[in-house]
Amino acid sequence: MIETTNLTKKFGDNTAVDRLTLSIPEGEVFGFLGPNGAGKTTTVRMLTSLIAPTAGTAVLMGHRLGEDDTEIRRNVGILTETPGMYERLSAHKNLSIYARLYEVKDIEGQVEKYLRMLGLWERRGDATGTFSKGMRQKLAIARSLLHEPRLLFLDEPTAGLDPEASRLVRDFIGEVKGQGRTIFLTTHNLDEADRLCDRVAVFKSRLRVLDTPEGLRKQLYGRQVVFHLADEAQTGLPILQNLPYIKKIEAIENKLLVAVDDPETHNPEMIRLLVNGGQNIQFVGELRHSLEEIYLQMVNRAEAEEADGQN
Amino acid sequence: MDKIKTIVDKEWAEVFKNKLVLFSVAFLPLMLTALPIIMLATTQNLTPEEMISTASTPDAFFGDLCIGLNEADCTQVYMLNLFTLMFMILPVMVPVTIAAYSIVGEKTTRSLEPLLATPITTMELIIGKAAAAVIPAIVVTWLSFGIYMGITRFMTNDAVFARIIDPMWLLAVFLVGPLLAVLAVCAAMMISSRVSDPRTAEQLSGAVVLPVILVMMGQSFGLFLLSQELILVTAVVLVFLDAILVYITIKMFQRETILTRWK
Repeated sequence: MIETTNLTKKFGDNTAVDRLTLSIPEGEVFGFLGPNGAGKTTTVRMLTSLIAPTAGTAVLMGHRLGEDDTEIRRNVGILTETPGMYERLSAHKNLSIYARLYEVKDIEGQVEKYLRMLGLWERRGDATGTFSKGMRQKLAIARSLLHEPRLLFLDEPTAGLDPEASRLVRDFIGEVKGQGRTIFLTTHNLDEADRLCDRVAVFKSRLRVLDTPEGLRKQLYGRQVVFHLADEAQTGLPILQNLPYIKKIEAIENKLLVAVDDPETHNPEMIRLLVNGGQNIQFVGELRHSLEEIYLQMVNRAEAEEADGQN
Repeated sequence: MDKIKTIVDKEWAEVFKNKLVLFSVAFLPLMLTALPIIMLATTQNLTPEEMISTASTPDAFFGDLCIGLNEADCTQVYMLNLFTLMFMILPVMVPVTIAAYSIVGEKTTRSLEPLLATPITTMELIIGKAAAAVIPAIVVTWLSFGIYMGITRFMTNDAVFARIIDPMWLLAVFLVGPLLAVLAVCAAMMISSRVSDPRTAEQLSGAVVLPVILVMMGQSFGLFLLSQELILVTAVVLVFLDAILVYITIKMFQRETILTRWK
């Protein structure tokens, strides 16, 4: 669906996007994460043919960037960083204008469909200037879907929204994902990326890491099992520490943290050994690092690399 | 063509809901239609001392303007000629306000990026926005001119009216007027693509009216008299100038520069 090769964008001496090479298959929700000023919006603008790359190539749905720009714009949907509505015009008028520009055949039908789907039908005649931020964002999402694009770019869809509006928007993205569309999602909300994305990329001027959220956890931390014991965990440590498949073991208060590659295979044996060794196990779980921890580690690593490069 | 119509429709819906723009568009035509009526009403009762003395004024000042007219009629023709020339200001001033808001206004609402992300070409966008500004200006000018002519017909005698309905003025209003409107809109759009505040765009674009004011002043001080030939030459020059300016406006509208500069 999206193939980029060494896609680069420079503004003067500043390289906003450096040799980005990506392959996003159809139907994937791809999370593009990075701090402010990392070049996420520039990447989205390049891929939606709003700005031209300085170097490199990109092919979207078979259309080559720089050659079939109008076709690319006709076939992708974009939710820009800010909703950018015509505030004096009604919600219905706003969507009708865009439906005409996207050459939608059943304009009335599509406008009604998305206004109803996003709960804005009752307010269709009101000027969008009277809408809350969340309502405007929902309307902007509706606008991006009017022409039923198979590829959707969502630039910070929940930025600045209250928790309730964020949840509504997130649920709707989940619904769109269920329709098999390909979604390129830039976000700061790592919980959102964790829940919605099939794969995530951490980006800061260049691609730092790319994997599934689970794959990233495994890459950085391995898998960790935590045994909550009734007594001090130090007493259980000698029972497990010599097992060949254990990569790392640590006792903290009444918790025994064990790093293993395949907990599903090894957990039964470890539980048996601990019970036979006289330990009372209260419960067993997998220690799950948040995507935020992974993200921060990657961004910090990127910043350290940059600092090294400057020295 | 449908996309151009959509842009025109969008611009009108947006611009005419802006009270400030609506006031700017309506005020000048109303004033220019009302002023000659007031003038005609007052000049109907002029004393001989207040009338222009055709005998004491050099011929060069009037040219053929007052031949065969008495002093009272000459005064009216002279004044009405000045007012008719003001209808050249309307097609310059009216679209400038609309055009200035049409691009910079998109900045304030940050609506340009989603618009540029649609499959619209730069030419369609510029032509749509220009048409949305030029058409109301022409309609308003012609409408005001029609009302002005109608009232002049009732308030002047046949001899005076014959001088005002002169083909020269008809050419000026119906041919030069629209060409001036295109010129003003191109200038306003070029300026508003480069500045970030609608008022700045409007004020800078307003400078386009200066040549027309200079012509008015030249005419009122008797430095030169407009003639049918001069109007035709002006029209030909404007056609070329408009074509060049439309080309430059489209070339100057750099999507990338506008998107990345407008913060």
